[in-house]
Amino acid sequence: MIEISGLRKTYRSKAGDVVAVDGVDLTVGEGEVFGVLGRSGAGKSTLLRCVNMLERPDAGTVSVDGVELTGLRRKRLRLARHTIGMIHQHFALLSSRTVAGNVAFALEVTGVPRAERRTRVAELLDLVGLTERAEAYPAQLSGGQKQRVGIARALAARPKVLLSDEATSALDPETTESILRLLLDLNRRLGLTILLITHEMTVVKRICTSAAVMRDGRFVESGRVADLLRQPGSELARDLFPFEAPESVPGATVVDVTVSGEDADTPIIAELARRFDTDVRILGGTVETLAATRAGRWRLALPGGPEENRDALEYLRTLGARVGVAS
Amino acid sequence: MTWSEVLDLLNVGFQETAWMVAVSTLLTAVGGLLVGVLLVLTDKAGMLPAPPVNAVLGLIVNIGRSLPFIILLVAVIPFTRLLVGTTIGTDAAIVPLTIGAIPFFARIVESALREVPPDVVAAATAMGATRRQIVGKVLLREAMPALVAGLTITVIALVGYSAMAGVVGGGGLGDLAIRYGYQRFETEVMIATVVALVVFVQLVQMLGDLLVRRLSHR
Repeated sequence: MIEISGLRKTYRSKAGDVVAVDGVDLTVGEGEVFGVLGRSGAGKSTLLRCVNMLERPDAGTVSVDGVELTGLRRKRLRLARHTIGMIHQHFALLSSRTVAGNVAFALEVTGVPRAERRTRVAELLDLVGLTERAEAYPAQLSGGQKQRVGIARALAARPKVLLSDEATSALDPETTESILRLLLDLNRRLGLTILLITHEMTVVKRICTSAAVMRDGRFVESGRVADLLRQPGSELARDLFPFEAPESVPGATVVDVTVSGEDADTPIIAELARRFDTDVRILGGTVETLAATRAGRWRLALPGGPEENRDALEYLRTLGARVGVAS
Repeated sequence: MTWSEVLDLLNVGFQETAWMVAVSTLLTAVGGLLVGVLLVLTDKAGMLPAPPVNAVLGLIVNIGRSLPFIILLVAVIPFTRLLVGTTIGTDAAIVPLTIGAIPFFARIVESALREVPPDVVAAATAMGATRRQIVGKVLLREAMPALVAGLTITVIALVGYSAMAGVVGGGGLGDLAIRYGYQRFETEVMIATVVALVVFVQLVQMLGDLLVRRLSHR
């Protein structure tokens, strides 16, 4: 649904050029929720703004729903933008219009006739659960309500793709949760493809099927969340499942074990202890339910050196676990 | 001079001031909005970047802003004759008033439009809005309270400028105060005129504030 290849964007300033996006390739399949995770300054905002050409990339191609956007003239680009919804960190609502007026604005822009607008506004407000606040002005709304207006507005033109620019970063945890639930619901009910950028791990954890970690304008890892978790040394896995545990234990082999999907429900530690009669210890670990999968990560200590534990480690691998020897 | 004579003078003066200020406000609103919008559009980060146009426009505005009104009044006399056919009277005074106020209001419009958050403009762009829609439905609408507040300031400045219109026989309250109050030592006329001006400005400000409150939903 979204295809990006070789994307580059450099900002020129007196202090020197800043490479914001440095060669990014990205594919987001239809109905996927793809999260780009990174700190501020990593280039993720620029990346997102290149998808609907709010920023013109210096090199590379961007196509959305089969339409190549980088080469489009202004008019064609405007039409293409109708099929790409966008929501913003600070909501970006028109303060002079009511909730209904803000949604109607998006319909006016896309050329929906006046007669149709009213029913469509009602539908959209119902979709995001804001029917009662139709006549309120943005200043009278809470942050979560404002973002719901933003979402209703973004969906006005029935887009296939939604771009989310830190949509929950200005919200408290509970409101974040309710907005994420709404996005996930829209993704499932409307088959909406979502590309989001965030610095919040929770967002990736809760709704993303695929993710990328971005640093200094590049993707350092990228793929399906379930696959990334199984990659030894994955930063995403480490950040998703943070735990404090000793790196080494005298007289024992310390291993990091990651399981995901159906394997997450296999009682691997019990099996290990039974089969090898080993006094396996859990040094740290977590099990989480992610949007697409269940996954767990543990750090275990097996008595004896790596050689003595070779069979046990091999056995863990056959159970579907990714095993990395920590020390 | 009797009080009823003073009142008659005041009445005429007030009507002349009101006419000059009303017409020049209307023309200034249109002209200032146009120039202000152009200043924002042609900015190098604007929607129709044209730095040379922007620079020339900015220079003209600055020249207009730096001329003392009394000098502008005299300087544009040939232009006034061309436009109105005469260089004396209330209608003739409207020309320099408008020329003087357009640059003033244009800068106010420019800064009011710049106050509209960039992400709101970006959101409209991302929705596929045309530039015309962005100017009309986003920039001008969102800036409306600031524009009305700015126009109020402009109207009050125009009341002040119009006091100098007497130089070209424009009449009005200011002229009255000079001719009767200052030159003929009719202190009552002076006081009455000052009171009338204070009341007029007060009313304009109150009306402006009321409108801004109505329009503002921040």
